[in-house]
Amino acid sequence: MRKSISEINQRIRDGNARVVTAEEMPGIVAELGEDAALKEVDVVTTGTFGAMCSSGAFLNFGHAEPPIRMERIWLNDVEAYGGLAAVDTYIGATQQSETRGEEYGGAHVLEDLVAGKAVELRASSRGTDCYPRRTIATELLLEHLNQAVMCNPRNAYQRYNAAINTTDRTLHTYMGMLLPNSGNISFSGAGILNPISNDPKLRLIGSGVPIFLCGAPGMVIGEGTQHSSAGGFGTLMVTGDLKQMSQDYLRAATMTGYGVTLYVGLGIPLPVIDKEVVRATAVRDEDINVDLIDYGIPSRNRPALRKVTYAELRSGMVTVNGEEIRTSSLSSFNRARKVAEALKDWVVAGKMELSLPTRKINPKHQVHPMHETVRGPRVADIMDKNIVTIGEREEIRTAALKLLKGSTNHLPVVNENSELVGIVTTFDISKAVANPGKAELVRDIMKKKVIVTTPEEPVDIAVRKLEQNNISALPVVDPERHVVAMLTAIDLGKLFGGRWLK
Amino acid sequence: MKLLVTFSKGKGRKPIIAQAVRDTGVLIAVERAVIDSSAGEALIEVPDDQCRLVRDKMSSLGANVRILDHGILFNESECVDCGACISICPRDVFSFDATFRLIVADERCILCGKCVEACPHDALTMPA
Ligand code: SF4
Ligand code: SF4
Repeated sequence: MRKSISEINQRIRDGNARVVTAEEMPGIVAELGEDAALKEVDVVTTGTFGAMCSSGAFLNFGHAEPPIRMERIWLNDVEAYGGLAAVDTYIGATQQSETRGEEYGGAHVLEDLVAGKAVELRASSRGTDCYPRRTIATELLLEHLNQAVMCNPRNAYQRYNAAINTTDRTLHTYMGMLLPNSGNISFSGAGILNPISNDPKLRLIGSGVPIFLCGAPGMVIGEGTQHSSAGGFGTLMVTGDLKQMSQDYLRAATMTGYGVTLYVGLGIPLPVIDKEVVRATAVRDEDINVDLIDYGIPSRNRPALRKVTYAELRSGMVTVNGEEIRTSSLSSFNRARKVAEALKDWVVAGKMELSLPTRKINPKHQVHPMHETVRGPRVADIMDKNIVTIGEREEIRTAALKLLKGSTNHLPVVNENSELVGIVTTFDISKAVANPGKAELVRDIMKKKVIVTTPEEPVDIAVRKLEQNNISALPVVDPERHVVAMLTAIDLGKLFGGRWLK
Repeated sequence: MKLLVTFSKGKGRKPIIAQAVRDTGVLIAVERAVIDSSAGEALIEVPDDQCRLVRDKMSSLGANVRILDHGILFNESECVDCGACISICPRDVFSFDATFRLIVADERCILCGKCVEACPHDALTMPA
C-alpha cells in the first residue's frame, strides 16, 4: 500500500489527518505493526531546538533620503555584510559586537528584532553620483524593514558527536564547558525527534519542503553546508520569514570563551507515504549512535573514546572506562518536543500542507576537509635546536652555571636515558639559592610536570599551550621523549617578516 | 543558613572558624573554602537560630561575614531547558523533571559560580 501526497493533503484539508510526533511513532508501530501504522498515520512531525551557529538573515532597509549605497554596516555595533548593494545586508548569528564582545552578537540582534526591540543601524559609504550620502544612523524595528528573511546555511544536523575532556584543564568549546579529567560529557541533538534521523535516506526532505522555522512557516532550500549524510551527518539549508518568528523558538546565546550562537527551533512534517517511511520514523534514541570525542586533542582528527546512543546520553549518566560520568545536553529536548507539538497543531488545523521535494538531496554525499595549499608553520620551522639540558642528579650549582652561560631561562632536565623528566627555570634556581640547605640536586627543585610540544605540531597549537599555562618556553620532544629543541617566545618572532606572514 | 566568610591571614591570626566553633559551641559545616597564604574565603552552614551569634563572633575575630539568603539566582524566562548546567554543578543543584524541564534546588548551592559560566542563555546569576 502507498498513500499519495495529495491524498494526505486532502485529509489535512478535511480535518481528518492523523498526525503524530516522531516520539509517539515507535510506540504506534510496535503496537499496530507496520501495515496498520501506514494506514493509520498520515503525518509524523519532527523537531529540534539547539545551537545552530550557521544562521542569519537577509535584511532590506529601503532607501534613505538622500540615498546611500551602504558599504560597511553595523546593527547595534555588530558588523553585517556590506557586499549586497545599496540597502541590503546579511547579518550572521556568530558575528560579535565591536563594543560588547562575546556577550552580544548577530544572534542577539536577531532576537531583539523578533522581540520587537529597536535596533540601531549605522552605515558608511564612499558616496557615488547616484548615491551621494556617506553615512547614516537610524533606529529600526522589525516592522520597518521591507524584508527580513532568515536564511541559514547549515541547520538541523542529523546528530552530533558527544564531547569529553581528558586534559587537566577546563575547556570552553562550542560544545559548552568541558570539565577537566573527564568530569562531564556534553552532547547536542534531539535524537528520536531529529528531522533527518527520521528520514536518513532523504526521501522526503529536500528542496521546497515546508518546515517550522523559529515559529514561522519556512522551507528547505536544499542540502546544508558541510552536509555529509553518507556518514550520518546530514544538514539542511533553510529559510523562513523573520517577521513571523517567535522568541520561544529563537534565542541568542553565548558559549563562554567560545562566542555567540543562535538557538533555532526547527521541525519538519513527514508525510507517511509508504512502509519505508513507517520504518524510518520508528527510530528510537537507542538506535542513534554518536562518537564520544576527546576535545582535549586540538586537531580535526580527535580520537573517539567509545560509541554512545542518545538514549544513554539522555539518561544523564554514561559509563566510560568503568566510571560513571554525568552528561549535559546543549540543545533542549523540552523545546524540541514543543516544536514537534506546535507543528502537529499546525497540520491538524490545516495551516500547513505537505509536499515532496522538488529537488532531492544526495543522501550519499560526503564532506571533504579543506584543501590547503599553504601548510601553516610547524614547530620544526622555528624551534631552537641549540639546546642545553641538565641531568636530574646534577647539583643545583651546575644548573646555575649552565643557565648563566646559555642565553636561556629554562633548562630541561633529563634522566640517565636522556629522557625528559622535568624542567628548571632561573626562578627555581634563585629560590633554591635564597633558601640554602633545603635542596642540593636538580631533581629536588625541578618541576616534574612539563608541558611539551613536538616538531610536527602546528605553531598555533604550541602558542595556545604557552598562553594557557602562562609559560614562556616549551621543550620539543621526539616520541622517545628525548629533547630535540626548545620553543620560546623569542622563536615566535621568526614568524614575523618570515615566509609565513606575508 | 549559609554564611560567606572572608578574611585576611596576617601573621599571628587565629584560625577563625575553629575559634568560632570553640567560643560559640555551634557546629559549623564548611561547604566550600578557598584559602591561600594571604587570604581566605569560606562558605559555611550554621543552624538558622545561631546564625547571628556565629556572625558576630567571626566579625569580632576580624572576618567579613555576609548572610546568604539565596543560592544561585534563576531567571526562568531566559532558560530554554537545555541542561548545560546539570553536569557542571558540583552540588547537583540542577536536574530535569519528567518532561525535561529544569528543576533548581538552590538550597544545595554553594555559590561556586561554575554554572553562571556554563549557561549559554544568561539564566543563572550570582546573588549580589
Ligand atoms: S553556583 Fe555552583 S553550586 Fe551553585 S548552582 Fe551553580 S554550579 Fe551549583
Ligand atoms: S544552562 Fe541555562 S538555559 Fe540551560 S537549562 Fe541550565 S539554566 Fe536553563
